[in-house]
Amino acid sequence: MTGEITPVLSVKDVVKTFPAVRALDGVTLDIRRGEVHALLGENGAGKSTLMKILAGMFTPDSGSITLDGREVAPKSPLEAKALGIVLIHQELSLVEELTVAENVFLGALPRRSFGFVDWNALHRQTAEILRRLNCDFAPTSIVGDLSIARKQMVEIARALTVDAKVVIFDEPTASLTDQEKLVLFDIIADLKAAGVGIVYISHRMEEIFRISDRITVLRDGAYRGTLDTAATSEAEVTRLMIGRSLDYSRNTETVAAGAIVLETRGLSCGDLFQDVSFSVRAGEVVGFSGLIGAGRSELAETLFGLRRPTAGAILIDGAEVSVETPTNAIRHGISLVPESRKEQGLVLGMNCRDNITLPQIDALRRGPFLSPAAELDIYDSYQKRLSIRSPGWRQLVRNLSGGNQQKIVIGKWLAMKPRLLIVDEPTRGIDVGSKAEIHNLIRELARGGYAVIVISSEMPEILHVSDRIVTMYHGRVMREFTAAEANEDSLVQAISGLN
Amino acid sequence: MSDIKNNSFVRWLSRNPIWGFVVIVFVFFSFAADHFFALQNVENILVQASTIGLIALGLTLVMINGNIDLSVGAILALAATVTVDMQGWETLAFLGDWVLLVAVLAGLLCGTLLGGLNGLIVWKTGVDSFIVTLGAMLGIRGLVFVYTREQSFYASSFAYSDFGSSSIGPLPTLAVLFIACAIVIHVLLSRTVHGRNTYAVGGNREAAVNAGIRVGPHMVVNFMIGGFFAALAGLALSTQMGASTPNMGREYELWTITAIVLGGTKLTGGSGSIVGTLGGVLAISILRNGMNLMQVPSFYVLVVLGVILIAVLALDKHLNRRTAQEPAL
Repeated sequence: MTGEITPVLSVKDVVKTFPAVRALDGVTLDIRRGEVHALLGENGAGKSTLMKILAGMFTPDSGSITLDGREVAPKSPLEAKALGIVLIHQELSLVEELTVAENVFLGALPRRSFGFVDWNALHRQTAEILRRLNCDFAPTSIVGDLSIARKQMVEIARALTVDAKVVIFDEPTASLTDQEKLVLFDIIADLKAAGVGIVYISHRMEEIFRISDRITVLRDGAYRGTLDTAATSEAEVTRLMIGRSLDYSRNTETVAAGAIVLETRGLSCGDLFQDVSFSVRAGEVVGFSGLIGAGRSELAETLFGLRRPTAGAILIDGAEVSVETPTNAIRHGISLVPESRKEQGLVLGMNCRDNITLPQIDALRRGPFLSPAAELDIYDSYQKRLSIRSPGWRQLVRNLSGGNQQKIVIGKWLAMKPRLLIVDEPTRGIDVGSKAEIHNLIRELARGGYAVIVISSEMPEILHVSDRIVTMYHGRVMREFTAAEANEDSLVQAISGLN
Repeated sequence: MSDIKNNSFVRWLSRNPIWGFVVIVFVFFSFAADHFFALQNVENILVQASTIGLIALGLTLVMINGNIDLSVGAILALAATVTVDMQGWETLAFLGDWVLLVAVLAGLLCGTLLGGLNGLIVWKTGVDSFIVTLGAMLGIRGLVFVYTREQSFYASSFAYSDFGSSSIGPLPTLAVLFIACAIVIHVLLSRTVHGRNTYAVGGNREAAVNAGIRVGPHMVVNFMIGGFFAALAGLALSTQMGASTPNMGREYELWTITAIVLGGTKLTGGSGSIVGTLGGVLAISILRNGMNLMQVPSFYVLVVLGVILIAVLALDKHLNRRTAQEPAL
């Protein structure tokens, strides 16, 4: 079955326009039987839009979709599924309170007369699918009790209730552990062997090179080319994606370290972290490296007054201060760009200007009233400085891309004129091009005299932006490195608790 | 498309579709109902609108905050009762005419404090405001019955009951009061820090905390404003009747919420405006008044209003679906 030249699914010259955005501009894509076809592109490149068109959630303005030689135009997810195109969502769309079987057949439960559910058929068919997927849970388990990886399996099981011709995985490994990833890859290999065409969307290069046969790259809604995975390299793919190559070299800048801005002495917060002592100087970037649960974000939240320390001291300019509320922290010149920008950072339904000025509107008053002119000045200057791409200040933050949203949050806190800026996971969920911009921005801030703390789980990122690196393990500081002496090996050892 | 988009009037109307509806029903009744299109009747509409309208001003803030206050109807009754009753207290007789001022302030204070109490409980316990104010609604109504022993009170000060039927120039005083308050709250919401914070807290509470906004006290202030305006509406209503009854203001919370939601405020918080609320209040008042003039039986009026509420929101959802379909990046 493999090796056939006629593709199972081909997309030709598809165009989709939204108000103010041309999301897809003549995209062409061929999926062969039994191949894993990776789809790559920065956020906003049009991957999600394309997939939603295939899955019947959007209708294209023009262009054609051909499935098995027949032109199709699915108008709903149900119709697409019936045709054999199944989208496995990035955010799992399962009903947590129902059983596995009920979720797998959701919307198409087998029925007996009078509309009663045929439970026997339901459980029998589900059990069969679960067996094909080598799942270790029963059709009657409640989905809410399963781990995320198993939920993902349930989502995949859904795809197998129909005779799937094309299965689309949208960032499937975003929340999986390494072990769980292997299981997922096995399943993909099985589907592939069965002749299913697979579209695999991911940001993670190493995965793509591991499992894909071909790679198609989109940029700004336009088709950029299709490459044979075996005959290409990460560098080439990146170049196609962002139009230039990405610099992930080690930071070699030597800083003219200024005075110590912040110092902690034996800072502890219950079980979260203990006895943390470190300092940050003006003009340097201190990176915090550690595994999830090492206490880095909690430390940041304590410095920003969102948590109360149980012991130890925080010193600013050498004088001990108490930072009990964010207001207090802000007054001491500390700003925090939090880990998840949508939940903790932004008011999505507010416009760009109002988000940027939110923490300081108290100071932007003219008498009792807000001063729109002063607010616009601030927005304009940070929009330019951070090159935020937005049609205008009125644009709701909800409609910006991830990278631009992150810039809004950074801009918001820079506008507070902090002396210490803490950035927690600065590039999480951001595409490669914007990543480089944000890294440059962080270096630039340090050069401009800010003290910067960067928390990141990505080791290349930490090595790329930091002047010094503090490693944490289980709530304790393990080792401190200078940029010159750190490398990935020594960092891995330190954050895993091996000295 | 861009021509239409750039037209600021069209953009304004697309954000406040209720005003289009207000114009349509106004024109409709002008032709369909005798006596509708007359200065006297427009004054009537404004006076009728002022009661729910005043409540709605405060409640809009509470709802943009992401909370709700179901006790406004009961607060209205308690404030009216206190103010009407105090005018006749023998112990305050030495104040002469000043007793009226004291009584009015006492009524307003009652409402403000009860609103504040609601807010404080929501803040400190973290119980959903729907539950807290549902309890307050029942409890405060009970207090009114205890206080009045199920009796109506009559205003002993003639100045008080004259106020309800007085005019400033061509406009009824109550309508002027309502419009003045609406302007103040509109400015508060759109031009001040407190107003901006109201949207921020309702839009994303965690981000608001991170931005240094003291969310708890902020919400209490809005509940106090809500209580104040409920009380003010109670006084306005009792000046029209020259009396207070223990049952006054029943179901007003529902009318008010209907008006606010018609005006585009979302129950989930984070969006809404006084301009929209004003439109919602007028829409309801015009419909009631117009159907009344057409001698539609009052039960049918309820049916029509219910249908319109759902139809308008369904239309709004439909119109806004296109923007919701913007690329999820």
